[in-house]
Amino acid sequence: MEIPRHWRLKQQRYALVGEVCPHCEGKIFPPRDVCPHCSGEAKTPYAFSGRGEVYSYTRISDGPAGFEESAPYTIALVKLEEGPLVTAQLTDLGGQPVDIGMPVEMVTRRIRSDGDERGMIVYGYKFRPVMAAQA
Amino acid sequence: MNSEVVIAGVGQVPVGEHYHLSLRSLAAKAMLAAIHEAGDIRPQAVFAGNMLAGTLSRQSNLGALLTDNINLRGVEGTTVEAAGASGAAALRLGYLAIASGYIDSALVVGVDKYTDSVGADVDAALAQTLDSDYELMAGLTPVAQAALVMRRYMHTYNVAHEAFAPVAVNGHARAANNPNAMFRKAITVEQYRSAEDQVSPLNLYDIAPYGDGAAAVLLIHSDKLEKKPDHPLVRITGSSVVTDTLALHDRQEMLAWYAAAFSIERACRQAGIMPQDVDFFEYDDACSIYAALSVEAAGFARRGTGCEFIAAGSLPVATMGGQKGRGNSLGGSGVYQAVEATLQLRGQAGKNQVPGAKRALIHNLGGAAATAISHVLEL
Repeated sequence: MEIPRHWRLKQQRYALVGEVCPHCEGKIFPPRDVCPHCSGEAKTPYAFSGRGEVYSYTRISDGPAGFEESAPYTIALVKLEEGPLVTAQLTDLGGQPVDIGMPVEMVTRRIRSDGDERGMIVYGYKFRPVMAAQA
Repeated sequence: MNSEVVIAGVGQVPVGEHYHLSLRSLAAKAMLAAIHEAGDIRPQAVFAGNMLAGTLSRQSNLGALLTDNINLRGVEGTTVEAAGASGAAALRLGYLAIASGYIDSALVVGVDKYTDSVGADVDAALAQTLDSDYELMAGLTPVAQAALVMRRYMHTYNVAHEAFAPVAVNGHARAANNPNAMFRKAITVEQYRSAEDQVSPLNLYDIAPYGDGAAAVLLIHSDKLEKKPDHPLVRITGSSVVTDTLALHDRQEMLAWYAAAFSIERACRQAGIMPQDVDFFEYDDACSIYAALSVEAAGFARRGTGCEFIAAGSLPVATMGGQKGRGNSLGGSGVYQAVEATLQLRGQAGKNQVPGAKRALIHNLGGAAATAISHVLEL
C-alpha cells in the first residue's frame, strides 16, 4: 500500500500534467524540479495533449508483483507530439500489430492493484492506437 | 599523479544457486579468500557493493554485518548501492579512500543473494532500480527496458537480431573455461538463432542469467605493503563514475550511451591511455544490446557496428564469460570483473588467458547506463 505516493501523482496519472519551463518554454514530462534543457526552476503546470507515436515497444509475459494479472502486456516508449518520451502500456490493440511510428493516444485505465480485495486499485495513463479515420 | 593503489588479493565464489549459503556466508567466502591471498592483511575498511539485500534478504547495513561475521569488528564498513554497478561503485570508493591517503587498505566485496526470494516479488525488486514513479508503475522491468533500447537500435541502424549472437557465443565459450562461471557450456550461433523469445526482441541468450554471487578484492597502497605476495600486483590506474538520467524516457539521445562513453574516457585519461591501448575489455553484458553499445561508447566501433566489432574478435572481450556466461550476480558483477581482470593480468586465467595482457578496461553499468563505472587495471 503506497497511498500517499499514488495520491501525489494523480495529476500526472489521470491528466498527463507535466510542466512548461517559464525560462526556455521547454515542455517537460514527467515533471522535474529543474528544467533539463536550461537548468531553470520548472514549476508551471502544463497538460499534454496525450497524442503521440510509438518510439519503441516490447511485450512482457511475466509481470512483476502488482502486474501479474495484467500480463501479458505490451509496454512502449511513446513520443508525445510536444516532444517528451513517456513509458506506458499500450491497450485496446485487439490483435493489431504494433510498430515504431504507430500513432497512439492516451486513455485512462486500470494500472495495477495492490494486494487483496481490500487493496487499492491504481488507475493511470495507457495509450491506444488512434483510429484510422481520426489519424 | 597516480597514487599506487594495488590489488593484493582476490576472492570469488562460483555464480549460481547457492540455497545452502546465506548472504553473509557467501560474502565471507570471497572476503576471506581475498584477505588470505593478500597475505592475511587486516583491511582498515570494508566497502560492500550490494543491490538487493534490503528487499530479497530483508537485510540492510551490510557494512556492519559482513565485517562482524568475519571478526573484523571495529573496522570502517559501509554498503554502496548503484543498481547493477554497485560492485564497481564499491571498488571506486575503496580506490578513492586509499588514493586520498585517509586509509592504507580496503576490502571491496560485491555480493547479492538472488535466490533468497522467488517469483514476481523478485522481478518487482529488480524493477526498483528503474524510475519507480514513471517506469516501474507502468509495469516496466530492467530486461524490458533493455528490449526497448534494442528494438530502437535495430530500427535505427537496420541491424538484424542475429547480429547480436557473438555476445552470447563468446560469453559461453569463455565461461566453459571458467570454474567460477554459472554456465560452463559453449553454445552455437544456431542455438542462439533458434532460442526462445523472452522479452522481444531479446531471446533467452540475450539475457544474462541472474545468480547468487560474491567477489572481493583487497586493495592496499603499494608503499604500505609489508610483505609482497607471491603473485604480481595489479595497479588501478584509472577510475571514473558517471551518471545519466535514471529513466530511459528522459534521455536526450537514447543510443548515445553518454555515461558509458564519458566514464571510459575519463578513466582512460587518468591512466594516460586511449581505450585502444588496452589488451582486453570487460564490458557489461547484462543484456546483449548493452555490450554492443558499450564497445561503441568506448570508441572501438562506430555507432550501429558494435556487434560487428565483437564478432571480429580483434579485441578480447568478456574474457571469463561476462555476465552472460559467468552469471549476473547483480551487485557482485563489478567486483567479479576486477577479480577476472586481475587474474588475466597475473597470467592466471587458464585456457582463457589473453597472451601477454598488461592492461585492462573494466566497465560496469547500473540500469541502462544510468550509472556507468570504468576502471583501468595494469600490471
